[in-house]
This record gives sequence, C-alpha cells and structure tokens, in this order.
Amino acid sequence: MKNFAKIVIAAFAAILIYATSGLPIPGDPEAPVSGHISEFYIENSMEDTNTPNVVTSVLADYRGFDTMGETLVIFTASLACMLILIKRSADD
Amino acid sequence: MIKRYNSIIVDVTCRIMVPFIQLFGLYVIFHGHYSPGGGFQGGVLLATSIIVHRLCMGYKESYAKFPPQRAYMIGAIGMFLFVLTALTPVFFGGAFLDFSFLPIPRLEPAELRYYGILIAEIWIGIAVFGSLLVIFDKLTERRGG
Amino acid sequence: MTDITIHYSYIIIIILLAIGLYGMLGKRNLIKKCIGLTIFQTAIFLFFIEGGLKDGGTVPVIDPSLGVEAINYINPLPHVMILTAIVVSTATTGVAMALLLKIYRKYNSLEEDVIMERMKE
Repeated sequence: MKNFAKIVIAAFAAILIYATSGLPIPGDPEAPVSGHISEFYIENSMEDTNTPNVVTSVLADYRGFDTMGETLVIFTASLACMLILIKRSADD
Repeated sequence: MIKRYNSIIVDVTCRIMVPFIQLFGLYVIFHGHYSPGGGFQGGVLLATSIIVHRLCMGYKESYAKFPPQRAYMIGAIGMFLFVLTALTPVFFGGAFLDFSFLPIPRLEPAELRYYGILIAEIWIGIAVFGSLLVIFDKLTERRGG
Repeated sequence: MTDITIHYSYIIIIILLAIGLYGMLGKRNLIKKCIGLTIFQTAIFLFFIEGGLKDGGTVPVIDPSLGVEAINYINPLPHVMILTAIVVSTATTGVAMALLLKIYRKYNSLEEDVIMERMKE
C-alpha cells in the first residue's frame, strides 16, 4: 500500500509542477485576479461605510450572507459534537 | 476529566493571565474597524481564556466557576440575536444586512452602516465563543462512573 | 517550458500538498490521517494568499496619507475567503475528534487494520 501511495503522489506532484508554468508571476500588479471587483471594494469602502479596514467591511457588509452561513456551520458542528457523545442508559 | 496540576507556579500564573486574555479578546472584537481582527478572532481568544482555566485548575473548581450548561446557552443566544439583527432592515424596506434604511433621525447612512457592522461582529464573537467551548467540554467529559 | 524557477513559491506549496496527501494515504493510524488533512488544508490557504500579492503594496487598511488608489493595497478578497475556510476547517477537525473518541471506546484501538479485523467478529 505504501509503494502504491508513493507512486501516485509523485505523479500528482509532477503534473502540478508542470501546470504552474501557466500561472502569472507572483507580485504582478496587472494580474487578472486583482481586477474589477476588488478595485471597487477598495475605492468605495470609505465613503459607503465609515470603515478603514476593507476586509471587515467586505466580510460583514457587502458579503454578509457568507458570514451568516459560516456562523451556521460552526454552530452545527457544536450541535453534532453534542449528539455524537451523548450518554444513553442502554449503551456503554 | 482533567485533574488539577500540582504546582504553585502554574496556579499563580493561570490566575494572573486569564483576565488579561479576556481583555485582549474584547479589544480585538471592538477594534475590528481600524486594525486586523473582527468577530471570529476575538471569539476564539475569549474561548481560549476559559480553556486555560480548565486545564490548570482541574474540573471541580472550574465547573463551579463557569458551568458547561452556561456555554450552550450563550452560543445559542449569540446566533439567534445575529440572525435577528440581520433581518431588521428587511422590515423597513431594504435588503438583508443593509442598515442604511433604518429611520433613526440624526445619523447619516454611512454612520448607520458603521454601527450595524459593529453590533453584528459582537454577536458573531459571542456565538463562536459558545460553540468552541461546547466542543472542548464534550471531548473531555467524565465517563459517568 | 519557460523558466519554472521563477515560480519557486508555488513549488514549495506543491511539496507541502504532497506531504499532506502521503499522510492521508500512506499511514495506518487514524490520527495521523487527520494530521495529514490539516497539512493539506494549510497548504491550500497559503496558495490563495500567495496569488493575491502585489509588488509594493501594503496591508488593506486605508491610510489617509496613501489615498484610495487600488494599486497601493494588496487584494483583500482572498483574505475574506480564507477567514471563512479556516473556521470551517476548525469545525471539521472538532467533529472528527469526536468520532475518533467514539471509535476508540468501542474497539479499543486506533489502527485501521486492527479495527477492520475486530469489526468482522
């Protein structure tokens, strides 16, 4: 099992290293990922909401639905832990 | 089930550190507007202070000061109040979490969104604190006999 | 193939991905598999943050002396997504530990071949 795992992982790493030749150079200011929408958030965060921190204003105001979903995930995880480790009188 | 650590250095250090960790956690929540931080990071710091107390003092003394039933209720109340605060602008005609539609007289729309973000982050911090403490308490519970 | 060594930071992240994947596939203890999962998730977070850097940019907190030009600040969107992903990873690890505790109490071992034998009885 261990030899088979090593061969599979070596092939996986080789394919990914070949694929990094298509990525843009790290640190390029003209990269397409920092294009349209993140410029809109940086320029309009101070006049819409009086907040200097752009990350907090995006997380709690422009994209508030995702924050509600995430809080729901951690609350459901705590409920799942409570139900898995419950004490019954008939079990161990 | 955690027994008490029998050393006086650990005892005194734990008693000094716990209120300062809680104060730092509250600082990280309230200064989320001006420096990196916010609701989630402050909630994890608040939960860490109670976990340090449980590890150093043993379960008898720590369960007397902060019982596990209180942690379940605090987590559920924080989650419920966050959803209630986020649904308030819908009743006044705006979108979900768009606080500029509330008809409070003397504040402009930008100031209203500022205070709305602050109140939402406080409820998120309390919900994360309750959930993480419930997970820790259930993993280290007494096996019942 | 163009010059690959200019992407040296991505190659280090791929080595971390391979280490995490070997931990999940090649080890027999169940807790070592959970540790491999955590290493894999951490490497993915690093990959996202690495892709959002800019030369000469600073922390995305708006400074009055630098104005609101978008070229002075690094991209804030990967940071927002990774905050959510870190919380989800913590929740997953918590539930995994609860399941491992229940398995240990029933079969009294944490190696996967010993558990498979005891399950057949």
